[in-house]
Amino acid sequence: MTLASAVDVTRRYGAEIALAGVSLDIQPGELIGLLGPNGAGKSTLVNLLAGLRRPSSGTVTLFGGDPREPARRQHIGLTPQETGLPPTLRVGECIDYVAAHFDNPLERDEVLTRFGLNGLVKRQAGGLSGGQKRRLAIALAFVGRPRLVFLDEPTTGLDVEVRHVLWDVIRAFHAEGGTVLLTSHNLEEVEALATRVIVLGAGRILADDTVSAIRGLVGVHRVSMASTPLPRLRGVVSTSESDGRLHLLTPDPDQLVRDLVTATVPFRDIEIRPTTLEEAFLQLTAA
Amino acid sequence: MSLVLTNARFHLLETLRVPIAVLGSTFFPAASMLFFVVPFTGDDPAGATFATASMVTFAVMTSNLFGYGVGVAADRAEPWDPYTRTLPAGPGPRFGGRIIAGLAMTFLSLLPVFLIAAFLTAAHTTVAGLLLGVGAAFVAAVPFTFMGLAIGYALPMKAALAVAQIIFFPLAFLGGLLSAPRQAPSFVEAVAPYLPTRGAVELMWAAVGDFPLRPLSVAMLGVWTVAAGAMAAWAYHRDEGRRFR
Repeated sequence: MTLASAVDVTRRYGAEIALAGVSLDIQPGELIGLLGPNGAGKSTLVNLLAGLRRPSSGTVTLFGGDPREPARRQHIGLTPQETGLPPTLRVGECIDYVAAHFDNPLERDEVLTRFGLNGLVKRQAGGLSGGQKRRLAIALAFVGRPRLVFLDEPTTGLDVEVRHVLWDVIRAFHAEGGTVLLTSHNLEEVEALATRVIVLGAGRILADDTVSAIRGLVGVHRVSMASTPLPRLRGVVSTSESDGRLHLLTPDPDQLVRDLVTATVPFRDIEIRPTTLEEAFLQLTAA
Repeated sequence: MSLVLTNARFHLLETLRVPIAVLGSTFFPAASMLFFVVPFTGDDPAGATFATASMVTFAVMTSNLFGYGVGVAADRAEPWDPYTRTLPAGPGPRFGGRIIAGLAMTFLSLLPVFLIAAFLTAAHTTVAGLLLGVGAAFVAAVPFTFMGLAIGYALPMKAALAVAQIIFFPLAFLGGLLSAPRQAPSFVEAVAPYLPTRGAVELMWAAVGDFPLRPLSVAMLGVWTVAAGAMAAWAYHRDEGRRFR
């Protein structure tokens, strides 16, 4: 059963087009990374799927119905922006408030433990640190035992330790069969978590595939080595230098290595790997 | 129903945790009593009673128009508001919770008015009259609550504040809140029955003193209540949160 879908969805704000004919299905058990530069339409897409906005044309479905009907939202979870937590309410009260909306919510103590919020129950949300606010915001998405969770930039700007705690929570949810749509600028996060990547640019889906397929889409490899300046070589898309190493991007790394050997270039510590998602992403959205 | 109470509880918690806001909302009606009723009604019990009832109606109207109009518009500008709209509940519990919290705050802000009327003026009513008056105040609060909600959901905060300011004074003056019963200028007497303030204040007057209700005013209060309710529902449905361009 498809959990959520968009069919030929267009959304305009006045004359501006935020989404132009977008179609996608979200199947149970997927962990989807939604990537795109600012203004690509990521938030609009999430808002449509969560019933916050209506499409200008096209159809959005959530659990088989209109996401604007409250009952359809019984099995989804979203994060508020951490800047938007009600500052005077205590941590426990925020959790209770959200839990009151669901048929079968998690116990409050379980939420507190899972997200490392024990000991903060009585603290007002306005007095939490940035990392604590973010943990609370993400915890709220899971309070209703959702089947589909929308996470918006879940760990951007957090320190590595907190980030890994949250990644583990997301992975555990996914391992138990949960479905996640993750919006992020952070490609490392998407690479670490996602099984499927959707790249959005200027309101259109530019790519929708597995992480490795997206990388392969650009068909470029990165060849790095320590070397003296190189002669001109065929098939090199770009050259850069960092930490005393040269980095070459090429569609045919095998041929490049043969050419390096033939040209008797004194290279060492050669390393060849597929482009990162980031490199693929930059190439896709620049096109 | 329990979600209504949950919403009411959290609204009240949010308000009561900022004590100065509570003080602010109780100050205005109390000060109005001290400045406009206590010095002018002397030892005329009927006059003082009617004037107190008018002041209560005035306070109920302003606190609801501004409380909901500006309060809702301000909340909508916060990211918490769109988040709550993704929770599996329609507008009913949120409206209901807001209204119960608003009534509780209105009642709290009227306590000093009752005390001032009882001890510093000649105002007089029976226990039944007082209870009826409280009931009338709650009924009178409903249309202004809906108007406030309509303003708050339809407009951004600064516009909501301006609109509430623009409509509250004509409603008060033309509805006859600023005059004793039957002593308003004739053009006010002519238009008053068609305004919600008139029906509201007539309910109050009839509750606490000897005043015959006019069916037209009461019917128009009903019409305003239904119309304002429909506007509030419409404004809520078309609202998709604030968007900046």
